[in-house]
Amino acid sequence: MAKIIVVTSGKGGVGKTTSSAAIGTGLALKGHKTVIIDFDVGLRNLDLIMGCERRVVYDFVNVINKEATLSQALIKDKRTKDLFILPASQTRDKDALTIEGVQEVLEELSKEFDYILCDSPAGIEKGAQMALYFADAAIVVTNPEVSSVRDSDRILGILQSKSKRAEENKEPIEEYLLLTRYHPGRVALGEMLSVSDVEDILAIPLLGVIPESEAVLKASNQGTPVILDTASEAGIAYSDAVDRLMGEERPLRFLDVQKKGFIKRLLGG
Amino acid sequence: MTDSGFQLKGSVVTTILLDIHTFSLDDIVYHLRQKIEQVPNFFTQAPIIIDISKMKRGIVLADFEALIQSLRQLELGVIGWRCDPENHPAWRSSVTIPLLPASKARAIAPVAPIRETTSPDVVVKTVVEERLVPQSTKVINKPVRSGQQVYSEGDLIVLAPVSAGAEVLADGNIHVYGALRGRALAGVKGNTEARIFCKSLEAELVSIAGNFMLTDALQNIVWKDSAQVFLVDDHLEITPL
Repeated sequence: MAKIIVVTSGKGGVGKTTSSAAIGTGLALKGHKTVIIDFDVGLRNLDLIMGCERRVVYDFVNVINKEATLSQALIKDKRTKDLFILPASQTRDKDALTIEGVQEVLEELSKEFDYILCDSPAGIEKGAQMALYFADAAIVVTNPEVSSVRDSDRILGILQSKSKRAEENKEPIEEYLLLTRYHPGRVALGEMLSVSDVEDILAIPLLGVIPESEAVLKASNQGTPVILDTASEAGIAYSDAVDRLMGEERPLRFLDVQKKGFIKRLLGG
Repeated sequence: MTDSGFQLKGSVVTTILLDIHTFSLDDIVYHLRQKIEQVPNFFTQAPIIIDISKMKRGIVLADFEALIQSLRQLELGVIGWRCDPENHPAWRSSVTIPLLPASKARAIAPVAPIRETTSPDVVVKTVVEERLVPQSTKVINKPVRSGQQVYSEGDLIVLAPVSAGAEVLADGNIHVYGALRGRALAGVKGNTEARIFCKSLEAELVSIAGNFMLTDALQNIVWKDSAQVFLVDDHLEITPL
């Protein structure tokens, strides 16, 4: 049985898709057969971040509507073995998703995969609820600012009340906090919430802190998951997060303001 | 005296009074439904009395019967009606529900006044005719998240934080053994003895029996510290613990 992990946030633009791509790739790099499903029907982005948009022929909605088989719609990642992408449809909307249809697809994927990552759309409406309904674990992506934290809190409430596990009174969804776009300098200036502020409000285990990094934007534009950029702080932080997801202990990194060295300052870096 | 197999006794219950000023069935149903959605447990099968004594223009029997039907559809238990004793409607003996004597009961401030969305024509008042028998305590051990609402018919004990944007309500006392960042409304059915206790007061709103205070006022008294909130002569007292 595969473990179903939803990557969600409530708020948009906090880095759900970037995180889905990075963590999915990280899991596959560890040898776990992983599929990332783009639940953002109508605003499909995952394939862009994964650099496979030109290979999309059939999509998630086609599979649900039985217009294509799963094997036709699944895109095998060219860089990472054991990694597959199930793209969203660009021409449909979230109403195309049905509980029964999603369940059928997830059950079939469960037979073959170790991890199923559901990249949730923003919001708390149908699309987001569909993405989290079958989850065993949730990665709540949050930026260190009040509105994002508030929305994450809201989505945590929905995880506890509107998921299948909640409805069937089963063991609740495992919840993890992934703090992204963290800028230690701005935290020091009091312009951003600190890690402990966010942990205090959301009160769930911290999976990782991803520093704000130009590498993320670069990776997105190139269609390469940032975790493959092993020289970047964001890439390293995502690797740490994947290790922690596997239950390993990793100290937090990149939380302190970095002092620029003399040469760096001289070169204006 | 028990030979007959039963006993007749007097009993007093707390009821809801639907005090109608001007009649518009759609408006009443719409606003009531909104109220019910806010606190569903509070209203299910709640006994309700229709009071038309304040209606200047009166009401025809067909409208009155339609109102009773609509209230029943909302799962309210209509137990009787009241009208102005000086000005009985002609159809009063045709009504199937009992006509109750006019009451001099004191009206308590409406439940959750901060969210008052009722049009001025329809006022739902809670009239306390007798103290409620204490209800069981509800214990919550998970954080109450933004957008969630927890209601207890007795005391409410939360062993975790109450997030900003969350709401905890109780007929009795509220205890929060975490940070209280959302709204806390104790004594929602008019119990002025109810209190709120919390480990860290950072609330958006605290209310006892309809008397409330917002963040700005709280910040000047006790903030981010343990505190209790209680009512003294219709105004809130907040003291550190």
